[in-house]
Amino acid sequence: MIEVEDLTVRFGGVTSVNDVTLTFPGGACGLIGPNGAGKTTLFNVLSGFVRPYAGRITAFGDNLLAMPDYARARWGLRRTFQTEQAIEALTVYDNVLAVYEHTTKERAGRQAAVLDAIGLVGLGDVAFAKVGTLSPRQRRLVEVARGVVGTPRVVLLDEPGAGLPEAETEHLGAVIRTIPEQVGAMVVLVEHDMSLVQACCEWTAVLDFGKLLSAGPTADVLRDPEVLKAYLGQEDLE
Amino acid sequence: MTTMEAAPPADAAAVVVPSRFGRRAAIQAAIIVVILVVAMFVLPALTSTFWVKNFTSAAVLAIVAAATGMLYGRVGLVALGQIGLYGVGTWVTMRLGFATDWPYPVLILVAGAITAVIGVLLGLPALRLHGLYLALVTLMAAAAFLIILANTKFPTGGPGFRGVVIEVANSRQMRRPDIAETDYGYYRYALVVAVLMFALAAAHLVSKPGRAWASIRQSEAAALAAGVNTVTYKLWAWALASFMTGCAGALLAGHVGSPSTFTFTVEQNIILMAVVVMGGVASLWGGVIAGLLAAVLPEVLQDWGFSSNWTLILFGTGLLTNLLITSWQLDKAGIKE
Repeated sequence: MIEVEDLTVRFGGVTSVNDVTLTFPGGACGLIGPNGAGKTTLFNVLSGFVRPYAGRITAFGDNLLAMPDYARARWGLRRTFQTEQAIEALTVYDNVLAVYEHTTKERAGRQAAVLDAIGLVGLGDVAFAKVGTLSPRQRRLVEVARGVVGTPRVVLLDEPGAGLPEAETEHLGAVIRTIPEQVGAMVVLVEHDMSLVQACCEWTAVLDFGKLLSAGPTADVLRDPEVLKAYLGQEDLE
Repeated sequence: MTTMEAAPPADAAAVVVPSRFGRRAAIQAAIIVVILVVAMFVLPALTSTFWVKNFTSAAVLAIVAAATGMLYGRVGLVALGQIGLYGVGTWVTMRLGFATDWPYPVLILVAGAITAVIGVLLGLPALRLHGLYLALVTLMAAAAFLIILANTKFPTGGPGFRGVVIEVANSRQMRRPDIAETDYGYYRYALVVAVLMFALAAAHLVSKPGRAWASIRQSEAAALAAGVNTVTYKLWAWALASFMTGCAGALLAGHVGSPSTFTFTVEQNIILMAVVVMGGVASLWGGVIAGLLAAVLPEVLQDWGFSSNWTLILFGTGLLTNLLITSWQLDKAGIKE
Protein backbone atom coordinates (compact mmCIF):
# COMPACT_ATOMS: atom_id res chain seq x y z
CA MET A 1 0.00 0.00 0.00
CA ILE A 2 1.32 3.44 -0.95
CA GLU A 3 -0.20 6.51 0.69
CA VAL A 4 0.42 9.82 -1.05
CA GLU A 5 -0.61 12.81 1.04
CA ASP A 6 -0.94 16.43 -0.11
CA LEU A 7 1.78 15.95 -2.75
CA THR A 8 2.79 19.02 -4.74
CA VAL A 9 5.61 19.11 -7.29
CA ARG A 10 6.76 22.34 -8.91
CA PHE A 11 9.27 22.93 -11.68
CA GLY A 12 9.89 26.67 -11.51
CA GLY A 13 6.50 28.22 -12.15
CA VAL A 14 4.90 25.01 -13.39
CA THR A 15 2.98 22.93 -10.89
CA SER A 16 2.99 19.46 -12.39
CA VAL A 17 1.44 17.68 -9.39
CA ASN A 18 -1.01 19.79 -7.42
CA ASP A 19 -1.95 18.77 -3.88
CA VAL A 20 -2.67 15.13 -4.68
CA THR A 21 -3.84 12.79 -1.95
CA LEU A 22 -4.21 9.22 -3.08
CA THR A 23 -3.82 5.68 -1.73
CA PHE A 24 -2.74 2.82 -3.95
CA PRO A 25 -4.35 -0.14 -2.17
CA GLY A 26 -2.09 -2.93 -3.51
CA GLY A 27 -2.33 -5.64 -6.13
CA ALA A 28 -2.06 -4.15 -9.60
CA CYS A 29 -3.04 -0.47 -9.76
CA GLY A 30 -3.41 1.63 -12.87
CA LEU A 31 -2.37 5.26 -13.08
CA ILE A 32 -3.75 6.95 -16.15
CA GLY A 33 -4.32 10.42 -17.51
CA PRO A 34 -3.65 12.52 -20.60
CA ASN A 35 -0.11 13.62 -21.49
CA GLY A 36 1.32 16.05 -18.95
CA ALA A 37 -1.05 14.87 -16.22
CA GLY A 38 1.85 14.21 -13.83
CA LYS A 39 2.01 10.41 -13.95
CA THR A 40 5.71 10.10 -14.70
CA THR A 41 6.42 12.97 -12.30
CA LEU A 42 4.72 10.97 -9.57
CA PHE A 43 6.92 7.98 -10.50
CA ASN A 44 9.99 10.22 -10.39
CA VAL A 45 9.03 11.42 -6.91
CA LEU A 46 8.57 7.82 -5.80
CA SER A 47 12.00 6.90 -7.26
CA GLY A 48 13.65 9.93 -5.66
CA PHE A 49 14.65 11.66 -8.92
CA VAL A 50 12.38 14.61 -8.21
CA ARG A 51 12.06 16.29 -4.84
CA PRO A 52 8.48 17.35 -4.10
CA TYR A 53 7.61 20.88 -3.03
CA ALA A 54 5.33 19.53 -0.32
CA GLY A 55 3.71 16.29 0.80
CA ARG A 56 4.35 12.91 2.35
CA ILE A 57 4.61 9.44 0.86
CA THR A 58 4.31 6.34 3.03
CA ALA A 59 4.86 2.93 1.47
CA PHE A 60 4.03 -0.09 3.61
CA GLY A 61 4.46 2.11 6.67
CA ASP A 62 7.90 3.50 5.67
CA ASN A 63 8.59 7.13 4.87
CA LEU A 64 9.76 6.83 1.27
CA LEU A 65 10.90 10.45 0.85
CA ALA A 66 13.44 10.10 3.67
CA MET A 67 15.43 7.44 1.74
CA PRO A 68 18.19 8.33 -0.77
CA ASP A 69 17.30 7.41 -4.38
CA TYR A 70 19.59 4.39 -4.74
CA ALA A 71 18.52 3.02 -1.32
CA ARG A 72 14.88 2.80 -2.42
CA ALA A 73 15.68 -0.14 -4.71
CA ARG A 74 17.15 -1.93 -1.69
CA TRP A 75 13.96 -1.17 0.21
CA GLY A 76 12.04 -2.90 -2.55
CA LEU A 77 11.02 -0.17 -5.01
CA ARG A 78 11.61 -1.00 -8.67
CA ARG A 79 10.71 0.80 -11.84
CA THR A 80 10.88 0.69 -15.59
CA PHE A 81 11.23 3.73 -17.83
CA GLN A 82 9.09 5.25 -20.53
CA THR A 83 12.07 4.97 -22.87
CA GLU A 84 13.21 1.44 -22.16
CA GLN A 85 16.50 1.27 -20.27
CA ALA A 86 17.67 -2.35 -20.39
CA ILE A 87 21.47 -2.28 -20.45
CA GLU A 88 22.59 -2.98 -24.01
CA ALA A 89 26.16 -3.96 -23.23
CA LEU A 90 25.13 -6.78 -20.89
CA THR A 91 23.37 -10.10 -21.41
CA VAL A 92 19.80 -10.55 -20.20
CA TYR A 93 21.16 -12.59 -17.29
CA ASP A 94 23.68 -9.91 -16.29
CA ASN A 95 20.99 -7.22 -16.62
CA VAL A 96 18.82 -8.97 -14.07
CA LEU A 97 21.79 -9.98 -11.91
CA ALA A 98 22.93 -6.34 -11.76
CA VAL A 99 19.66 -5.43 -10.06
CA TYR A 100 19.66 -8.49 -7.82
CA GLU A 101 23.16 -7.96 -6.45
CA HIS A 102 22.51 -4.30 -5.60
CA THR A 103 19.22 -4.97 -3.85
CA THR A 104 19.91 -8.20 -1.96
CA LYS A 105 22.70 -9.09 0.42
CA GLU A 106 22.34 -12.84 -0.02
CA ARG A 107 24.66 -14.47 -2.53
CA ALA A 108 23.24 -17.97 -2.16
CA GLY A 109 20.56 -18.82 -4.68
CA ARG A 110 21.20 -15.79 -6.84
CA GLN A 111 21.42 -17.80 -10.05
CA ALA A 112 18.05 -19.42 -9.33
CA ALA A 113 16.49 -16.05 -8.44
CA VAL A 114 17.78 -14.44 -11.64
CA LEU A 115 16.66 -17.33 -13.83
CA ASP A 116 13.25 -17.33 -12.12
CA ALA A 117 12.74 -13.68 -13.00
CA ILE A 118 13.84 -14.29 -16.59
CA GLY A 119 11.54 -17.31 -16.79
CA LEU A 120 8.62 -15.34 -15.37
CA VAL A 121 8.71 -12.88 -18.26
CA GLY A 122 9.28 -15.71 -20.77
CA LEU A 123 12.81 -14.85 -21.93
CA GLY A 124 14.40 -18.16 -20.89
CA ASP A 125 15.54 -18.95 -24.44
CA VAL A 126 17.52 -15.69 -24.78
CA ALA A 127 18.78 -15.53 -21.18
CA PHE A 128 22.42 -15.31 -22.27
CA ALA A 129 21.99 -13.11 -25.34
CA LYS A 130 23.23 -9.53 -25.29
CA VAL A 131 20.34 -7.09 -24.82
CA GLY A 132 21.65 -5.07 -27.79
CA THR A 133 20.61 -7.96 -30.07
CA LEU A 134 17.03 -8.22 -28.79
CA SER A 135 13.76 -6.89 -30.22
CA PRO A 136 11.96 -3.92 -28.60
CA ARG A 137 9.40 -6.29 -27.07
CA GLN A 138 12.10 -8.47 -25.53
CA ARG A 139 13.90 -5.41 -24.15
CA ARG A 140 10.70 -4.28 -22.45
CA LEU A 141 10.44 -7.72 -20.88
CA VAL A 142 14.08 -7.53 -19.72
CA GLU A 143 13.13 -4.36 -17.87
CA VAL A 144 10.18 -6.12 -16.28
CA ALA A 145 12.46 -9.02 -15.27
CA ARG A 146 14.80 -6.45 -13.67
CA GLY A 147 11.78 -5.16 -11.80
CA VAL A 148 10.67 -8.47 -10.36
CA VAL A 149 13.96 -10.18 -9.44
CA GLY A 150 14.65 -10.77 -5.75
CA THR A 151 12.13 -9.40 -3.27
CA PRO A 152 10.53 -6.25 -4.68
CA ARG A 153 7.65 -4.65 -2.75
CA VAL A 154 6.52 -2.11 -5.34
CA VAL A 155 7.05 -2.36 -9.10
CA LEU A 156 6.42 0.84 -11.07
CA LEU A 157 5.86 0.23 -14.78
CA ASP A 158 6.04 3.36 -16.92
CA GLU A 159 4.26 2.65 -20.21
CA PRO A 160 5.68 -0.85 -20.73
CA GLY A 161 3.39 -1.31 -23.72
CA ALA A 162 4.47 1.85 -25.57
CA GLY A 163 5.27 1.11 -29.18
CA LEU A 164 4.30 -2.56 -29.02
CA PRO A 165 1.78 -4.14 -31.42
CA GLU A 166 -1.39 -5.56 -29.88
CA ALA A 167 -0.41 -9.23 -30.04
CA GLU A 168 2.75 -8.51 -28.06
CA THR A 169 0.88 -6.42 -25.49
CA GLU A 170 -1.19 -9.48 -24.60
CA HIS A 171 1.83 -11.42 -23.40
CA LEU A 172 3.01 -8.35 -21.47
CA GLY A 173 -0.39 -8.13 -19.80
CA ALA A 174 -0.23 -11.78 -18.81
CA VAL A 175 3.20 -11.20 -17.25
CA ILE A 176 2.08 -8.09 -15.35
CA ARG A 177 -0.95 -9.91 -13.93
CA THR A 178 1.24 -12.60 -12.39
CA ILE A 179 3.48 -10.13 -10.49
CA PRO A 180 1.26 -9.53 -7.42
CA GLU A 181 0.61 -13.23 -6.85
CA GLN A 182 3.85 -14.88 -7.95
CA VAL A 183 6.32 -12.19 -6.88
CA GLY A 184 4.34 -10.75 -3.99
CA ALA A 185 4.88 -7.15 -5.06
CA MET A 186 2.27 -4.52 -5.81
CA VAL A 187 2.30 -3.02 -9.29
CA VAL A 188 1.59 0.54 -10.35
CA LEU A 189 1.07 0.70 -14.10
CA VAL A 190 1.21 3.94 -16.07
CA GLU A 191 -0.22 3.19 -19.50
CA HIS A 192 -2.06 4.82 -22.36
CA ASP A 193 -3.27 1.51 -23.71
CA MET A 194 -6.62 1.21 -21.90
CA SER A 195 -7.06 -2.45 -22.82
CA LEU A 196 -3.83 -3.24 -20.98
CA VAL A 197 -4.97 -1.27 -17.93
CA GLN A 198 -8.36 -3.00 -17.98
CA ALA A 199 -6.76 -6.42 -18.34
CA CYS A 200 -4.20 -5.95 -15.56
CA CYS A 201 -5.53 -3.53 -12.96
CA GLU A 202 -8.43 -4.04 -10.59
CA TRP A 203 -7.98 -0.49 -9.27
CA THR A 204 -7.14 2.70 -11.16
CA ALA A 205 -6.43 6.37 -10.43
CA VAL A 206 -6.76 9.15 -12.98
CA LEU A 207 -4.65 12.32 -12.99
CA ASP A 208 -5.40 15.35 -15.10
CA PHE A 209 -3.32 18.54 -15.10
CA GLY A 210 -1.65 17.46 -11.87
CA LYS A 211 -4.96 16.94 -10.04
CA LEU A 212 -6.54 13.69 -8.94
CA LEU A 213 -9.64 13.28 -11.09
CA SER A 214 -10.94 9.93 -9.98
CA ALA A 215 -9.82 6.76 -8.20
CA GLY A 216 -11.45 3.41 -7.53
CA PRO A 217 -12.22 0.06 -9.16
CA THR A 218 -11.06 0.22 -12.77
CA ALA A 219 -14.47 -0.46 -14.33
CA ASP A 220 -16.15 2.32 -12.29
CA VAL A 221 -13.35 4.80 -12.99
CA LEU A 222 -13.49 4.25 -16.73
CA ARG A 223 -17.27 4.96 -16.67
CA ASP A 224 -16.81 8.16 -14.66
CA PRO A 225 -18.11 11.07 -16.81
CA GLU A 226 -15.28 13.34 -15.57
CA VAL A 227 -12.72 10.82 -16.80
CA LEU A 228 -14.44 10.45 -20.15
CA LYS A 229 -14.44 14.21 -20.50
CA ALA A 230 -10.73 14.47 -19.76
CA TYR A 231 -9.88 11.66 -22.15
CA LEU A 232 -12.28 12.14 -25.00
CA GLY A 233 -12.63 15.91 -24.73
CA GLN A 234 -16.43 15.86 -24.54
CA GLU A 235 -16.45 19.61 -24.04
CA ASP A 236 -15.39 19.92 -27.66
CA LEU A 237 -18.02 17.49 -28.82
CA GLU A 238 -20.89 19.32 -27.22
CA MET B 1 -9.14 -12.61 -10.25
CA THR B 2 -10.52 -15.83 -11.68
CA THR B 3 -10.13 -14.58 -15.25
CA MET B 4 -6.36 -14.46 -14.90
CA GLU B 5 -4.52 -16.28 -17.63
CA ALA B 6 -1.46 -18.20 -16.62
CA ALA B 7 1.75 -16.50 -17.68
CA PRO B 8 4.38 -18.63 -19.38
CA PRO B 9 5.73 -21.04 -16.76
CA ALA B 10 8.94 -20.12 -15.00
CA ASP B 11 10.93 -22.85 -16.67
CA ALA B 12 14.29 -22.16 -15.07
CA ALA B 13 15.52 -25.72 -15.43
CA ALA B 14 15.33 -25.52 -19.23
CA VAL B 15 17.80 -22.64 -19.41
CA VAL B 16 21.33 -23.78 -20.17
CA VAL B 17 23.79 -21.70 -18.18
CA PRO B 18 26.99 -21.24 -20.20
CA SER B 19 30.02 -22.24 -18.20
CA ARG B 20 32.64 -19.68 -17.31
CA PHE B 21 35.16 -22.36 -18.32
CA GLY B 22 33.53 -23.38 -21.58
CA ARG B 23 35.06 -23.80 -25.02
CA ARG B 24 35.04 -20.07 -25.82
CA ALA B 25 36.84 -19.23 -22.61
CA ALA B 26 39.39 -21.97 -23.28
CA ILE B 27 40.16 -20.62 -26.77
CA GLN B 28 40.46 -17.11 -25.37
CA ALA B 29 42.85 -18.28 -22.65
CA ALA B 30 44.92 -20.17 -25.23
CA ILE B 31 45.25 -17.04 -27.40
CA ILE B 32 46.37 -15.00 -24.40
CA VAL B 33 48.99 -17.61 -23.45
CA VAL B 34 50.36 -17.76 -27.01
CA ILE B 35 50.59 -13.97 -27.26
CA LEU B 36 52.32 -13.79 -23.87
CA VAL B 37 54.85 -16.49 -24.76
CA VAL B 38 55.65 -14.70 -28.02
CA ALA B 39 55.93 -11.34 -26.24
CA MET B 40 58.01 -12.77 -23.38
CA PHE B 41 60.47 -14.99 -25.20
CA VAL B 42 60.22 -14.81 -28.99
CA LEU B 43 60.13 -11.03 -29.40
CA PRO B 44 63.24 -10.23 -27.29
CA ALA B 45 65.18 -13.00 -29.06
CA LEU B 46 64.43 -11.49 -32.46
CA THR B 47 65.08 -7.83 -31.77
CA SER B 48 67.73 -5.46 -30.46
CA THR B 49 67.88 -3.59 -27.15
CA PHE B 50 66.50 -0.53 -28.90
CA TRP B 51 63.26 -2.32 -29.85
CA VAL B 52 63.00 -4.10 -26.51
CA LYS B 53 63.05 -0.67 -24.84
CA ASN B 54 60.27 0.49 -27.15
CA PHE B 55 58.22 -2.58 -26.34
CA THR B 56 58.77 -1.88 -22.64
CA SER B 57 57.33 1.60 -23.22
CA ALA B 58 54.41 -0.02 -25.05
CA ALA B 59 53.71 -2.39 -22.14
CA VAL B 60 53.78 0.52 -19.68
CA LEU B 61 51.60 2.76 -21.85
CA ALA B 62 49.19 -0.13 -22.49
CA ILE B 63 48.31 -0.02 -18.77
CA VAL B 64 47.51 3.70 -18.93
CA ALA B 65 45.59 3.19 -22.17
CA ALA B 66 43.57 0.29 -20.73
CA ALA B 67 42.69 2.39 -17.68
CA THR B 68 41.62 5.35 -19.85
CA GLY B 69 39.73 3.10 -22.25
CA MET B 70 37.95 1.38 -19.36
CA LEU B 71 36.76 4.73 -17.99
CA TYR B 72 35.56 5.83 -21.44
CA GLY B 73 34.19 2.60 -22.87
CA ARG B 74 32.82 0.88 -19.79
CA VAL B 75 31.82 3.67 -17.43
CA GLY B 76 31.27 6.49 -19.91
CA LEU B 77 33.75 8.93 -18.34
CA VAL B 78 36.02 10.98 -20.61
CA ALA B 79 39.24 11.39 -18.63
CA LEU B 80 41.87 13.56 -20.31
CA GLY B 81 44.15 13.87 -17.28
CA GLN B 82 45.60 10.37 -17.07
CA ILE B 83 49.06 11.48 -18.17
CA GLY B 84 49.15 13.85 -15.20
CA LEU B 85 48.43 10.97 -12.83
CA TYR B 86 51.01 8.89 -14.71
CA GLY B 87 53.55 11.58 -13.76
CA VAL B 88 52.38 11.47 -10.15
CA GLY B 89 53.05 7.71 -10.08
CA THR B 90 56.54 8.22 -11.52
CA TRP B 91 57.39 11.03 -9.10
CA VAL B 92 56.18 9.12 -6.02
CA THR B 93 58.11 6.00 -7.06
CA MET B 94 61.35 7.94 -7.56
CA ARG B 95 61.00 9.85 -4.31
CA LEU B 96 60.34 6.66 -2.33
CA GLY B 97 62.90 4.72 -4.36
CA PHE B 98 65.67 7.09 -3.27
CA ALA B 99 64.38 7.53 0.29
CA THR B 100 63.86 3.85 1.12
CA ASP B 101 65.19 0.45 0.13
CA TRP B 102 61.73 -1.02 -0.33
CA PRO B 103 61.53 -3.80 -2.90
CA TYR B 104 60.25 -2.66 -6.31
CA PRO B 105 56.84 -4.39 -6.11
CA VAL B 106 56.16 -2.50 -2.87
CA LEU B 107 57.16 0.77 -4.59
CA ILE B 108 54.75 -0.01 -7.44
CA LEU B 109 51.86 -0.75 -5.08
CA VAL B 110 52.49 2.31 -2.89
CA ALA B 111 52.83 4.57 -5.95
CA GLY B 112 49.58 3.10 -7.31
CA ALA B 113 47.80 3.64 -4.00
CA ILE B 114 48.98 7.25 -3.58
CA THR B 115 48.04 8.01 -7.20
CA ALA B 116 44.62 6.46 -6.56
CA VAL B 117 44.11 8.73 -3.53
CA ILE B 118 45.13 11.81 -5.53
CA GLY B 119 42.93 10.65 -8.43
CA VAL B 120 39.93 10.27 -6.12
CA LEU B 121 40.53 13.70 -4.53
CA LEU B 122 40.48 15.13 -8.05
CA GLY B 123 37.52 12.96 -9.00
CA LEU B 124 35.32 13.98 -6.06
CA PRO B 125 34.55 17.41 -7.53
CA ALA B 126 35.19 16.50 -11.19
CA LEU B 127 32.76 13.56 -11.31
CA ARG B 128 29.85 15.93 -10.78
CA LEU B 129 30.47 16.93 -14.39
CA HIS B 130 29.70 14.97 -17.53
CA GLY B 131 31.07 14.55 -21.04
CA LEU B 132 32.85 17.56 -22.44
CA TYR B 133 33.01 19.37 -19.10
CA LEU B 134 34.64 16.42 -17.36
CA ALA B 135 37.09 16.18 -20.28
CA LEU B 136 37.97 19.87 -19.94
CA VAL B 137 38.39 19.76 -16.17
CA THR B 138 40.63 16.70 -16.31
CA LEU B 139 42.69 18.24 -19.11
CA MET B 140 43.16 21.39 -17.01
CA ALA B 141 44.13 19.20 -14.05
CA ALA B 142 46.76 17.54 -16.24
CA ALA B 143 48.10 21.01 -17.10
CA ALA B 144 48.25 21.84 -13.39
CA PHE B 145 50.12 18.59 -12.66
CA LEU B 146 52.60 19.45 -15.41
CA ILE B 147 53.28 22.88 -13.92
CA ILE B 148 53.82 21.39 -10.47
CA LEU B 149 56.03 18.68 -11.96
CA ALA B 150 58.09 21.18 -13.97
CA ASN B 151 58.74 23.20 -10.83
CA THR B 152 59.42 20.40 -8.34
CA LYS B 153 61.33 18.32 -10.95
CA PHE B 154 61.86 14.60 -10.68
CA PRO B 155 63.93 13.43 -7.68
CA THR B 156 67.56 12.61 -8.40
CA GLY B 157 68.55 11.24 -5.01
CA GLY B 158 69.00 14.56 -3.20
CA PRO B 159 67.75 15.69 0.22
CA GLY B 160 64.47 17.29 1.29
CA PHE B 161 60.91 16.71 0.12
CA ARG B 162 61.78 17.24 -3.54
CA GLY B 163 64.88 15.09 -3.42
CA VAL B 164 66.59 17.00 -6.23
CA VAL B 165 70.41 17.10 -6.32
CA ILE B 166 71.80 20.59 -6.93
CA GLU B 167 74.90 19.50 -8.83
CA VAL B 168 73.88 17.65 -11.96
CA ALA B 169 77.01 15.52 -11.86
CA ASN B 170 75.85 13.96 -8.56
CA SER B 171 72.35 13.10 -9.75
CA ARG B 172 71.36 9.47 -9.60
CA GLN B 173 69.15 7.30 -11.75
CA MET B 174 66.14 5.40 -10.45
CA ARG B 175 67.04 1.85 -9.51
CA ARG B 176 65.50 -1.24 -11.08
CA PRO B 177 64.34 -4.45 -9.38
CA ASP B 178 67.19 -6.87 -8.61
CA ILE B 179 65.72 -9.53 -10.87
CA ALA B 180 65.32 -7.12 -13.78
CA GLU B 181 68.49 -5.03 -14.02
CA THR B 182 69.00 -5.51 -17.77
CA ASP B 183 66.76 -3.99 -20.44
CA TYR B 184 65.60 -7.47 -21.44
CA GLY B 185 64.86 -8.39 -17.82
CA TYR B 186 63.03 -5.13 -17.22
CA TYR B 187 60.94 -5.66 -20.35
CA ARG B 188 59.72 -9.01 -19.01
CA TYR B 189 59.16 -7.47 -15.58
CA ALA B 190 57.03 -4.67 -17.08
CA LEU B 191 55.12 -7.23 -19.12
CA VAL B 192 54.27 -9.26 -16.01
CA VAL B 193 53.08 -6.17 -14.16
CA ALA B 194 51.00 -5.15 -17.21
CA VAL B 195 49.39 -8.60 -17.33
CA LEU B 196 48.54 -8.33 -13.62
CA MET B 197 47.01 -4.87 -14.17
CA PHE B 198 44.94 -6.14 -17.11
CA ALA B 199 43.80 -9.10 -15.00
CA LEU B 200 42.79 -6.71 -12.22
CA ALA B 201 40.73 -4.65 -14.66
CA ALA B 202 39.20 -7.74 -16.28
CA ALA B 203 38.23 -9.15 -12.88
CA HIS B 204 36.35 -5.93 -12.16
CA LEU B 205 34.64 -5.86 -15.55
CA VAL B 206 33.15 -9.36 -15.34
CA SER B 207 31.84 -8.94 -11.80
CA LYS B 208 29.56 -6.69 -9.76
CA PRO B 209 31.40 -3.38 -10.42
CA GLY B 210 31.54 -4.11 -14.16
CA ARG B 211 27.78 -4.60 -14.30
CA ALA B 212 27.23 -1.48 -12.21
CA TRP B 213 29.50 0.51 -14.57
CA ALA B 214 27.60 -0.75 -17.62
CA SER B 215 24.38 0.46 -15.95
CA ILE B 216 25.88 3.87 -15.21
CA ARG B 217 27.25 4.18 -18.74
CA GLN B 218 23.83 3.60 -20.27
CA SER B 219 21.72 5.69 -17.88
CA GLU B 220 22.43 7.01 -14.41
CA ALA B 221 18.71 7.14 -13.66
CA ALA B 222 18.28 3.47 -14.51
CA ALA B 223 21.37 2.62 -12.46
CA LEU B 224 19.98 4.47 -9.43
CA ALA B 225 16.62 2.77 -9.88
CA ALA B 226 18.43 -0.57 -9.84
CA GLY B 227 20.01 0.28 -6.49
CA VAL B 228 23.47 1.20 -7.81
CA ASN B 229 25.12 3.86 -5.67
CA THR B 230 26.38 5.73 -8.72
CA VAL B 231 28.71 8.08 -6.83
CA THR B 232 30.51 5.19 -5.11
CA TYR B 233 30.85 3.16 -8.28
CA LYS B 234 32.08 6.07 -10.39
CA LEU B 235 34.68 6.89 -7.75
CA TRP B 236 35.62 3.22 -7.63
CA ALA B 237 36.24 3.19 -11.38
CA TRP B 238 38.18 6.43 -11.07
CA ALA B 239 40.28 5.01 -8.21
CA LEU B 240 41.00 1.79 -10.12
CA ALA B 241 42.05 3.69 -13.26
CA SER B 242 44.24 6.01 -11.15
CA PHE B 243 45.79 3.03 -9.37
CA MET B 244 46.62 1.33 -12.68
CA THR B 245 48.03 4.58 -14.07
CA GLY B 246 50.13 5.13 -10.93
CA CYS B 247 51.54 1.61 -11.19
CA ALA B 248 52.40 2.29 -14.84
CA GLY B 249 54.17 5.47 -13.69
CA ALA B 250 56.19 3.37 -11.25
CA LEU B 251 57.27 1.10 -14.11
CA LEU B 252 58.26 4.11 -16.19
CA ALA B 253 60.57 5.34 -13.40
CA GLY B 254 62.69 2.19 -13.54
CA HIS B 255 62.41 2.01 -17.32
CA VAL B 256 63.91 5.40 -18.13
CA GLY B 257 65.87 6.02 -14.91
CA SER B 258 65.71 9.80 -15.11
CA PRO B 259 62.35 10.80 -16.60
CA SER B 260 61.80 14.11 -18.32
CA THR B 261 58.76 16.33 -17.86
CA PHE B 262 58.36 16.26 -21.67
CA THR B 263 56.86 12.79 -21.27
CA PHE B 264 53.94 14.34 -19.38
CA THR B 265 52.96 17.34 -21.50
CA VAL B 266 49.29 18.23 -21.88
CA GLU B 267 49.09 17.19 -25.54
CA GLN B 268 50.19 13.69 -24.54
CA ASN B 269 46.71 13.35 -23.00
CA ILE B 270 45.12 14.09 -26.37
CA ILE B 271 47.44 11.65 -28.14
CA LEU B 272 46.63 9.04 -25.50
CA MET B 273 42.89 9.51 -26.06
CA ALA B 274 43.42 9.27 -29.83
CA VAL B 275 45.27 5.95 -29.61
CA VAL B 276 42.79 4.66 -27.01
CA VAL B 277 39.87 5.33 -29.35
CA MET B 278 41.82 3.88 -32.30
CA GLY B 279 42.68 0.78 -30.27
CA GLY B 280 39.05 0.39 -29.27
CA VAL B 281 37.41 0.79 -25.89
CA ALA B 282 34.98 -2.13 -25.94
CA SER B 283 37.67 -4.62 -24.97
CA LEU B 284 40.83 -4.41 -22.87
CA TRP B 285 42.76 -5.59 -25.96
CA GLY B 286 42.31 -2.03 -27.19
CA GLY B 287 44.79 -1.00 -24.49
CA VAL B 288 47.45 -3.28 -25.97
CA ILE B 289 46.90 -1.86 -29.45
CA ALA B 290 46.95 1.68 -28.07
CA GLY B 291 50.23 1.01 -26.25
CA LEU B 292 51.83 -0.31 -29.44
CA LEU B 293 50.47 2.60 -31.51
CA ALA B 294 51.80 5.18 -29.07
CA ALA B 295 55.19 3.67 -28.27
CA VAL B 296 56.25 1.46 -31.18
CA LEU B 297 54.63 2.91 -34.31
CA PRO B 298 56.51 6.27 -34.13
CA GLU B 299 59.82 4.40 -33.91
CA VAL B 300 58.88 2.11 -36.79
CA LEU B 301 58.04 5.12 -38.96
CA GLN B 302 61.29 6.83 -37.98
CA ASP B 303 63.17 3.63 -38.80
CA TRP B 304 61.60 3.68 -42.26
CA GLY B 305 62.73 7.26 -42.74
CA PHE B 306 59.47 9.12 -42.16
CA SER B 307 59.44 12.34 -40.15
CA SER B 308 57.96 12.02 -36.65
CA ASN B 309 55.26 14.50 -37.68
CA TRP B 310 53.70 11.68 -39.70
CA THR B 311 52.72 9.97 -36.46
CA LEU B 312 50.61 12.94 -35.41
CA ILE B 313 48.96 13.06 -38.84
CA LEU B 314 48.32 9.32 -38.66
CA PHE B 315 46.81 9.57 -35.19
CA GLY B 316 44.60 12.46 -36.27
CA THR B 317 43.29 10.73 -39.38
CA GLY B 318 43.04 7.45 -37.49
CA LEU B 319 40.93 9.04 -34.78
CA LEU B 320 38.64 10.76 -37.29
CA THR B 321 38.21 7.62 -39.39
CA ASN B 322 37.44 5.65 -36.27
CA LEU B 323 34.81 8.11 -35.06
CA LEU B 324 33.21 8.29 -38.52
CA ILE B 325 33.08 4.51 -38.91
CA THR B 326 31.70 4.09 -35.40
CA SER B 327 28.90 6.58 -35.92
CA TRP B 328 28.15 5.04 -39.30
CA GLN B 329 27.93 1.59 -37.72
CA LEU B 330 25.74 2.92 -34.91
CA ASP B 331 23.48 4.51 -37.52
CA LYS B 332 23.29 1.25 -39.42
CA ALA B 333 22.38 -0.62 -36.24
CA GLY B 334 19.71 1.98 -35.51
CA ILE B 335 21.44 3.05 -32.32
CA LYS B 336 21.73 6.74 -31.56
CA GLU B 337 24.12 7.82 -28.88
